[in-house]
Amino acid sequence: MAFLIFLFWAAVTLAVAIALSWGFRRLAAAVTRGEMHRALRDAPLTASFGMMVILIYLVVAILAPLIAPFPERMVVGSQFQPWTAEHWLGTDALGRDMFSRMIYGTRNTVGIAFATTALAFLIGSVLGLLAATVGGWLDQGLSRLVDVFMAIPSLIFALLLLTIFGTSILTLILVIAVIDSTRVFRLSRAVAEGVVVMDYIEAARLRGERLGYLITREILPNVTAPLVAEFGLRFCFVFLAISALSFLGLGIQPPTADWGSMVRENATLITFGDITPLLPAGAIALLTVAVNFVVDWQLYRASGLKE
Amino acid sequence: MTRVLRMIAYRLALGLLTLFVVSLIIFGATELLPGDFAEAILGQAATPETVAAIRRQLGLDQPLHIRYFEWLWGAVQFDFGTSLAQRGRPVADMIWVRLGNTLFLAAYAAVMAVPLALTLGILAALWRNSVFDRVANSSALSAISFPEFFVAYILIYILAQGGWFPSMARVPAGADLGEKLYRAFLPALTLTLVVTAHMMRMTRAAIINLLASPYIEMARLKGMRPSRVIVRHALPNAIAPIVNVVAINLAYLITGVVVVEVVFVYPGLGQLMVDSVSRRDIPVVQAVALIFAAAYVLLNLTADVISTLSNPRLMHRK
Repeated sequence: MAFLIFLFWAAVTLAVAIALSWGFRRLAAAVTRGEMHRALRDAPLTASFGMMVILIYLVVAILAPLIAPFPERMVVGSQFQPWTAEHWLGTDALGRDMFSRMIYGTRNTVGIAFATTALAFLIGSVLGLLAATVGGWLDQGLSRLVDVFMAIPSLIFALLLLTIFGTSILTLILVIAVIDSTRVFRLSRAVAEGVVVMDYIEAARLRGERLGYLITREILPNVTAPLVAEFGLRFCFVFLAISALSFLGLGIQPPTADWGSMVRENATLITFGDITPLLPAGAIALLTVAVNFVVDWQLYRASGLKE
Repeated sequence: MTRVLRMIAYRLALGLLTLFVVSLIIFGATELLPGDFAEAILGQAATPETVAAIRRQLGLDQPLHIRYFEWLWGAVQFDFGTSLAQRGRPVADMIWVRLGNTLFLAAYAAVMAVPLALTLGILAALWRNSVFDRVANSSALSAISFPEFFVAYILIYILAQGGWFPSMARVPAGADLGEKLYRAFLPALTLTLVVTAHMMRMTRAAIINLLASPYIEMARLKGMRPSRVIVRHALPNAIAPIVNVVAINLAYLITGVVVVEVVFVYPGLGQLMVDSVSRRDIPVVQAVALIFAAAYVLLNLTADVISTLSNPRLMHRK
């Protein structure tokens, strides 16, 4: 019986999601013009669903203090209250408002994951492009170093580094960014290798252009498309990694509201049949699915495949 | 035959070299610790005299390279020194039982996941663009996007609440196999679901790639029966990509195990590592990280060797 109810709700959710993403596609196509309009109009429903979800998350993250009914860290009632009109999702293990913490969690969790991914990209792509352009011992040295780093599973490596440097938000961002930049390095180097051998690069070199010009003006514009898609995928990995670490109690530390640690703090409720702790985990999953959908669509467009 | 042996020996040597460098990183990373072990142990009670005493006791007054080789020599014999948090307790004692538990859980998940994922992946590739393919593919994409603990808690909510399976996977000592399988079912199922999604997608991609090659088309054009095309022509060439897929995902299991063990309070290596990280028990973290990294390198090595063996072109490369 419980399973049938679950199936029923799954079907309802799916129907609502399809209707919403259809509406969102119409709306997005209506307010845009030109190239953008055509792309959005022909986007598959999954992609428009993804864009809608990402947009909602962005709005919630930016407007968090306006939307949340209670402050992030204030104890507003007794522990583990059920869902009421005042506390929409009840209260957590310390009596803080669950709904407000979910809202603030958007800002903290997504913001930190985004900053980490951006840093990983900065380190990885700069070094990758440099290695591909300069070549020689720099390329060899960096590539072998990355090979060795990648021989250690990333979660294990992250745990090792967090033991040494302690758990604070700054070290978390730095550790994950450095570990993930190895993957970015691999990709950007591989893509840039294909560009570096082109004749126009040779011509630019013969003109006597400097390294900075070569990388930013000649190579970078030709490797942007795969790097943008990779950014989406990396964001998913980083987001999941940070959530996993927070869930293990080693990532974002209390009292900062964060989805991973919210699941950990309230997990006992699940064994009593209360689904509240599943909501932050679901919020993580939903954003990752959404980003994946959009990336899938972009990759499909970039590859020029039409069936 | 000598060629095969030489290839395997070469790969093994390369793997050992990788492991050696990895051990250097794992050991060297702790040298970045501000202050040192001795101050970390003593905390508030650190006076110059006590720090010096502890340093002598732990051999920290030795130079770096001597300490490294002593550590490595011990690690090769499965002696990882003593724990910092539980003073005087050998790390090897803490690890030994848990290593067995983790291997049991990983093997349990692998036995369920590998046949399931390969079957689903191959079927999805053969019936490409069918309803089955679309459903399997999009549910796999969603499952990949889920954090492991989300999958785990959904399973607890659905299966443990009704009392069908225990949500705490503490295995009592001396339990028989059936009991162990029953108690570890939920963690194993969680790992299976997560790994199956990855493995299925990769198998599907590999098989589709294979079916697009000219010799398959040739075999079809000759009028060969579809089943014979698959069994005679496609399957032998599919071994290399499939073995690769399996190995990569078993390696993925290694990290998946950490989160899942914590959710289900399963007494394995992953949980030991997480506990030790929060206690900053560095010898234990080093030892567990080394074991995980070794397993990871070994799996990749095995995949490499098997896929080379199954592909004559790689075997006879100039």
